Amino acid sequence: MLARRMGKTRVIAETGAGQHGVATATAAAALGLECDVYMGSEDMEWQQLNVFRMRLLGARVIPVDTGSRTLKDAINEALRDWVTNVRHTHYVLGTVHGPHPFPMICRDFQSVIGREARAQILEREKRLPDMLLACVGGGSNAIGLFYAFLADAQVRMVGVEAGGKGLVPGMHAARFAGGSRGMLHGAMSYVLQNEDGQIGSTHSVSAGLDYASVGPEHAWLHDIGRVEYTCASDEEALKAFELCSRLEGIIPALESAHAIAEVIKRAPGMDPNAILLVNLSGRGDKDVQQAMRFLPEYR
Amino acid sequence: MNRIEERLALLKQAGKTAFIPFLMAGDPDFASSEEIVFLLDRSGADIIEYGVPFSDPVGDGPVIQQAAQRALRGGASMKEVLESVRRIRTRSSVPLMLFSYLNPILAYGIEAFARDAAEAGVDGVLCVDLPPDEAAEYKRLLDAAGICTIFLAAPTTTEVRLKLIGEQSSGFVYYISRLGVTGERAILEKDLERAVTRVKKLTGKPVCVGFGISTPEQAAAVASMADGVVIGSALVRLIHEQSARPGGIDAIKVWADNMSRAIHEKH
Ligand SMILES: Cc1ncc(COP(=O)(O)O)c(C=O)c1O
Repeated sequence: MLARRMGKTRVIAETGAGQHGVATATAAAALGLECDVYMGSEDMEWQQLNVFRMRLLGARVIPVDTGSRTLKDAINEALRDWVTNVRHTHYVLGTVHGPHPFPMICRDFQSVIGREARAQILEREKRLPDMLLACVGGGSNAIGLFYAFLADAQVRMVGVEAGGKGLVPGMHAARFAGGSRGMLHGAMSYVLQNEDGQIGSTHSVSAGLDYASVGPEHAWLHDIGRVEYTCASDEEALKAFELCSRLEGIIPALESAHAIAEVIKRAPGMDPNAILLVNLSGRGDKDVQQAMRFLPEYR
Repeated sequence: MNRIEERLALLKQAGKTAFIPFLMAGDPDFASSEEIVFLLDRSGADIIEYGVPFSDPVGDGPVIQQAAQRALRGGASMKEVLESVRRIRTRSSVPLMLFSYLNPILAYGIEAFARDAAEAGVDGVLCVDLPPDEAAEYKRLLDAAGICTIFLAAPTTTEVRLKLIGEQSSGFVYYISRLGVTGERAILEKDLERAVTRVKKLTGKPVCVGFGISTPEQAAAVASMADGVVIGSALVRLIHEQSARPGGIDAIKVWADNMSRAIHEKH
């Protein structure tokens, strides 16, 4: 709708897991806009379901073969397209990152999550939750949940990044644990990089968390100590994926499974009456193909 | 006076336009890059634009992206680029500016960078992804070190912003001849002359034009309207094609002589 208002006839997006690409393609189909989605070719392999969805919705999915062939490189290509075609193209950035005002636009849209969650929990439990948990890729689902609670000082908040295979450079995407101050894609934040300022490669079992930087507002919330950031490994996330499916009857996205992994770590040490609110940012349907590789016992 | 400002002032007096070739430092290696800088100086280059390789160059097309990758694979870093400038300065006083993304400068530390770059003999810096309204500290430190701060202007830049770019830029303003990333284009943007005149008027600075200029004909046409012409991808591609060949350096010299003549004589 922003694109429409600005008189732009084409939208572009980047996507990691494909969720944002599908969302953009859906909106474009409904509004009659041309739509191109950039996606790392490695991510395309593991998210074929979403690639198919986007194409079915009339979008072009453009594989990105440069660099690590994941989200960071898809954003590079989308930015290059945008500066070339800005006269008729709007860039729908999929997370709370990128140059201002993108982080703000995305946060304001996503903050519906927290507003609704806050109202619902007050209605059902008559009190605020003790802790909020969400996974952090770029950070949009997390900021969306946290934002409405920031003024509630008694509510603790935890953002969970991708610990990948361990905190060795190139094997994870835990920007707070392994990164330093830097600028990528137009935002100053924590960035995984080497001492020369070259951006580091990343790994995560979940494409949506596999990114070398994190939304700048999270960097701020980290530095002022309002939100605590931690990480869950690939293995812990897969365990949580399994457990949540079995115990709750909900197959979570592998991204969201990182937040659940943190719940599994923390809940036993907390008061049994404590309320933990976890953001289930997506469904795991898109991830079953990826999960089958790692959980062969269910094949 | 800063070498870039001095050279542009001299050219203006003579009614001439600056020839500004771009090459990626460290592609294929530093010894070759330095050899090519000396060659460009002899061919009449007025300002050398020396690229600092970066892993994620969002403002660049494939030719310069790949050059940066090659340089990084060879182990290039900001420290090495500054050492290379120091070696260049032992043999040449050609005006030289760095073309860099912000992150390698941040990682080096802006203050240390300004000091070491000035000491190495850098005359100007174009930081591609630093907007002029976020550049206060950067500009203060580079000004104090006597290094020109060059900012980009694009065809879509508004009047208000052009004025700001003019205030923040020293040496010259770099005008992107058309929307998009670096790379060779078959035709020049129509209305380029009017656009350049507008940028000159609103920034009050000399205006050099780059992005998409690759042939001597295009260069001569742009030379007739701007204070300088930047040629990047065409040279980077040529260096890549010729550097491994015996006699390749001569081919680069022929190219540079032709380009220099086209710009300085503005056919
Ligand atoms: C289901 C799901 N959750 C979370 C994320 C991570 O993004 P963000 O941190 O911006 O919420 C993604 C990204 O693709 C996703 O698909």
